[in-house]
Amino acid sequence: MLFKDTLAQAFGAISAQRLRAALIILAMAIGVASVIVLTTLGESARSYIVNEFEALGTHLVIVLPGRNETTGGHPPLFGETPRDLTLDDAEALFRSHHIAAVAPLTIGSAPVSTQGLERETNIFGSTYALRRVRHLMMAQGSFLPKMDVNKALSVCVIGQTIREQLFADQPALGQWLRINDRRFLVIGVLASEGQSIGVDFDEMVIIPVASAQALFDTHSLFRILIEAKSKQSMYQAVDEITGIIKARHEGEDDITIITQDSVVSTFDKILTALTLTVVSIAGISLVVAGVLVMNVMLVSVTQRTAEVGLLKALGATQRQLHWLFLTEAAMLSLAGALLGIALGLVCITILTTLYPDFPVQLPVWALLAALAVSLFTGLLFGVLPARKAAKLNPVVALGKR
Amino acid sequence: MIQLKNIHRYFQVGEQTVHALNDITLTINKGEYVSVMGPSGSGKSTLLNVIALLDKPSSGSYLLNNLNVIQRSDDELAKVRRENLGFVFQFFHLIPRLSAAENVEMPMILAGVAVKERKQRVADALASVNLQDRSSHRPDQLSGGQLQRVAIARAMIMRPEILLADEPTGNLDSKSGIEIIELLENLNQQGVTLVIITHDQTLGDRAPRQIRIVDGQIAY
Ligand SMILES: Nc1ncnc2c1ncn2[C@@H]1O[C@H](COP(=O)(O)OP(=O)(O)OP(=O)(O)O)[C@@H](O)[C@H]1O
Ligand SMILES: [Mg+2]
Repeated sequence: MLFKDTLAQAFGAISAQRLRAALIILAMAIGVASVIVLTTLGESARSYIVNEFEALGTHLVIVLPGRNETTGGHPPLFGETPRDLTLDDAEALFRSHHIAAVAPLTIGSAPVSTQGLERETNIFGSTYALRRVRHLMMAQGSFLPKMDVNKALSVCVIGQTIREQLFADQPALGQWLRINDRRFLVIGVLASEGQSIGVDFDEMVIIPVASAQALFDTHSLFRILIEAKSKQSMYQAVDEITGIIKARHEGEDDITIITQDSVVSTFDKILTALTLTVVSIAGISLVVAGVLVMNVMLVSVTQRTAEVGLLKALGATQRQLHWLFLTEAAMLSLAGALLGIALGLVCITILTTLYPDFPVQLPVWALLAALAVSLFTGLLFGVLPARKAAKLNPVVALGKR
Repeated sequence: MIQLKNIHRYFQVGEQTVHALNDITLTINKGEYVSVMGPSGSGKSTLLNVIALLDKPSSGSYLLNNLNVIQRSDDELAKVRRENLGFVFQFFHLIPRLSAAENVEMPMILAGVAVKERKQRVADALASVNLQDRSSHRPDQLSGGQLQRVAIARAMIMRPEILLADEPTGNLDSKSGIEIIELLENLNQQGVTLVIITHDQTLGDRAPRQIRIVDGQIAY
């Protein structure tokens, strides 16, 4: 039997029962469409979040004071406080060859005011290196100058929200800003970052780290942000940071190091798992569609018993009958899959028009997987009816009219 | 040539065993015209199904053109059947969704004959049963006699050597019945071996060789 004849015969059998075919195709299409839409949403959410994290900076290493034991080990004994991280610790890190930039960070909250306008906001104490490490963009003026970290210069860089609220109708540059009871000269305004995970720099006032330590009367650092020279050198950098700080802290391993890498990959894993879970649930609808295909194909075989018997009498082999019915199931599934893809694309288009900010992207693998899975279920659930048809006894089959 | 020797066929129906064919030994030569008659339930259809390779005997030997066709796989038998045997049924057994031409074409599709050759042969076959102007009609648009003529065209499309007919006129009025028998006899005159089961004594009498079956045995 020629291949195109198999196709033609299967197609003929399908178009002889249009309603039946339409129902199967619809069921299959709904399954495929839901798989595609859910995969797209999951994938988009994942890449959105991963991108956000990557935007935080490349090869970023964060050093926190205190040991944050996540794998085994005893929790620190009661009353044991870890050594603080100091500016000297931060400076010592420059000894590592794998580090490109070190930005020490002190954080605090204080009232800021100018000309009678006042609000409470977050104050970041850092150095010029922060700009590089966090990829900050300037809207006006300049960032903190490159200078000795111990020097408490009275300058500040402010975020866009602060500028709008405190310097609504006048240029902010060159104005004095009062933080607590100290005055700082505004030398720069940050460009707005838009939506961002983590710190909102729009609400931020950045001052030199030494000034911040004086302002909040502290010698410890909130954390140290470090940019490694490259992705490869990140792990050597981590080792060297551990070594340097350990030597300075009398052999105590009392810091926690987070690589941006590990944060991203953790989120990546969680979101991938989430996507897969959701897609598996949608996959159940595909299985349901498969069962429907099987059911309808079984009915079809039963209805066409006499025809199958006749084909056998005319010299059809079991193989041929097998292929005829499988082709029928495959065609129905394929039509369903194609319709489902179309439906899915329509849904995605609607979503993108409704939420233009959310980066919707349909992964090609999801398309192919949905197509493959629907074909597979169609064929899998088509096997049983096809076998039933092929094994029919021709005499008995012909006896039925 | 059909050579049956000591053929038995039992059917198990619940507790009971039906002995449908009881030691049938029969040789039908190439080009013969044989009618098979006998009371209802005597085993005529069973015999024809065995000859047609649609049913396997419980015991006995069967040589078709000197080829042993006992203990062959279903698919091998399908091929032998396709190439050597044509079949005409009492209930026509045309596929309702296909046109007359497509029904006639079906054995060639199964045999993998090229499209161009198929069209020509279908046209010829329909012309030979006088249905050239009905080729695109579907079965529900044809009369009983026309349906049976389509079935005969289909049975002969692979040019088999043997044509088996199980009560081909059973569902037809006597006029169309005679037409069908004449058509079949015409094929026999062209050299086709013809075996017809019939209940009609006058039709049965037309065959040079008549076989009577009673209780699964050949009476004469
Ligand atoms: N598949 C089957 N299962 C059980 N018994 C069967 C089967 N086929 C035929 N028989 C029995 O075998 C016997 C012969 O049946 P068969 O159909 O050959 O008779 P027949 O001579 O063709 O009768 P009719 O003239 O009514 O067509 C009958 O008793 C029938 O009941
Ligand atoms: Mg019978």
